[in-house]
Amino acid sequence: MSALSDYVAAGLASGSLYALVALGLVLLHRTTGVLHFGYGEVGALGTFVAFRAMQSGWPLLVAAGIGTSASVAVAVGFYLLVLHPAIRRGARPATLFILTLGLAQVLQGVIVRCFGAEPERFPLPLADAPALRAGPIVLHPITLAILATLLFSCLGLFLLLERSRLGLALRATALNLEAAEALGLPTRALLALAWGLSAVLAVPSGILLAATLLLDPFFMFEPMLKGFAAAILGGLGSLPGAVVGGLLLGLTEGVVGATLGLPFRNSLGFVVIVAVLLLRPQGLLGQPGKERA
Amino acid sequence: MRDASDVIRVLGVLVCGLVLAALAPDAWLVRASLIFIYALAVLGQNLLMGYAGQLSFGQAGFLATGAYVFAHLRSMGAPFLLALALASSVAALAGVLVGLPSLRLRGAYLAVATLGFGMAVYHLLAGSDLLSGGRTGLAVPPLALPSGMSRTVGLYGIALVLLVLATLGVRNIVSSYVGRAVVAVRDADLAAASLGVDLARAKLTAFAVSSFLTGASGALLAQFLGHLEPQGFTMTESVTLVVAVVVGGLASIPGSLLGAVFVVLVPTLGSGTSWFVPVTYGLGLLLVLSFQPEGLAGLLRGLRNVLRDGSSR
Repeated sequence: MSALSDYVAAGLASGSLYALVALGLVLLHRTTGVLHFGYGEVGALGTFVAFRAMQSGWPLLVAAGIGTSASVAVAVGFYLLVLHPAIRRGARPATLFILTLGLAQVLQGVIVRCFGAEPERFPLPLADAPALRAGPIVLHPITLAILATLLFSCLGLFLLLERSRLGLALRATALNLEAAEALGLPTRALLALAWGLSAVLAVPSGILLAATLLLDPFFMFEPMLKGFAAAILGGLGSLPGAVVGGLLLGLTEGVVGATLGLPFRNSLGFVVIVAVLLLRPQGLLGQPGKERA
Repeated sequence: MRDASDVIRVLGVLVCGLVLAALAPDAWLVRASLIFIYALAVLGQNLLMGYAGQLSFGQAGFLATGAYVFAHLRSMGAPFLLALALASSVAALAGVLVGLPSLRLRGAYLAVATLGFGMAVYHLLAGSDLLSGGRTGLAVPPLALPSGMSRTVGLYGIALVLLVLATLGVRNIVSSYVGRAVVAVRDADLAAASLGVDLARAKLTAFAVSSFLTGASGALLAQFLGHLEPQGFTMTESVTLVVAVVVGGLASIPGSLLGAVFVVLVPTLGSGTSWFVPVTYGLGLLLVLSFQPEGLAGLLRGLRNVLRDGSSR
């Protein structure tokens, strides 16, 4: 029985990471309508910059801030220099998606070029702290940090998107770009802001991931795909959906890994994507009736 | 083949190919074979992505299906052509199954669903010793060739002939009723449906033909490599095929061939640095989609027009 609770705890940890990644993807999708294939790479870049900053002696929070600024600069620059002109030319969503793949590839190369391909350990102070026990459940402090980050991000995003005028403007831009422009909203700045915000979300998930895995140029790739799966499972338009999808995927993975074995665990996320898209394309918490274009 | 000029062109290509085989060093032939083999998969991806407008990020799954079915059949003693035909057909069947979501999904959503398929195939192979041959990988028995012919030349010839056949086939398909229906579905599905085009059938046909070609490419790749490991069929391969189609030129047969040349030759540049390929691919995607949507094929056409009558139109 304790073995199962271990798997549940591990599933909770990876699930909240997936949820964190999914949150960023859903935020971008809700506000800009773009599925961001390079989300993981943007986060990885910031994580590497933060890692280097820590190596040269900065404290964790300052280093994370430096890394986040780097990621935000890349994401906003990409939107202003590449995506915005493409949208002005009337590019289809599929074209925008391929453009984000282009960004992902370039960033992947840049990360290998600048930081090397050798795996390294991210020196998060929490990583060496002893595990906490609550009855039969063993929780690592990193898991708690991940859960806290998730909770904090959810709350912040909810307040921003649903309770502020800025969020209203962001949602209006997402709903109908031309109408928002006609109303005088600065849509270019709003969309750039959305890209920046998503990068702000990407870096903490990168740092927390790097602390649980090893830091190598491709460490964000599979978690990013799982985040995709989580976002689609929950419904791409729904922020609570992202969290539910992420936790559900992580927990199912933990249980499936314990009972059926690792190969099934690793392909589960992708089977889930296909099954959800086929059976309930709007996801668990998404609204039906919207075309998945 | 539609008329005499086609026959002449095909003969011309085959003769050039033979002359090259006789004169060029083996290293060139190996590279050319790889280009021909990739070109089959790029043609397949272009049929799907360029002509049918169905974005697939899971082509590696079809490539792997073709390669592994072929390798297993060959190790059981099946002759080359039979194994090739069966492997491509199984891949086509997988294509129809994977294509089913395309009836309900579009654009990036379909890309994510197909990506799921590709990753699931990879994890299935990586996790099953029975399928992938375990830690040592899966060996493919060498080709039985007429005596005196080297393996390099033999495989080069087979790849060339198959590519010529596939190119003619794809050209005929895209200019047939089926092909026009597929393009019509891409451009305006409701209008096409109201004119009597069977949407489901058009999309699934595109998936079937595309994955048939990709499976054939995988089978030839298996024969070419002589040894298979799941690591050869990751997401990277799927991305490479997307890059080849976009950089070569969407909905263009010459573009598919140029795209294959691009993705085979770029990794040979950059003198072994691991950052060069992704950066080049990424910049290729960004530059092409931003400035030259018709890709290398569009550049080539512009160049030809300039040479012909001095104007760029």
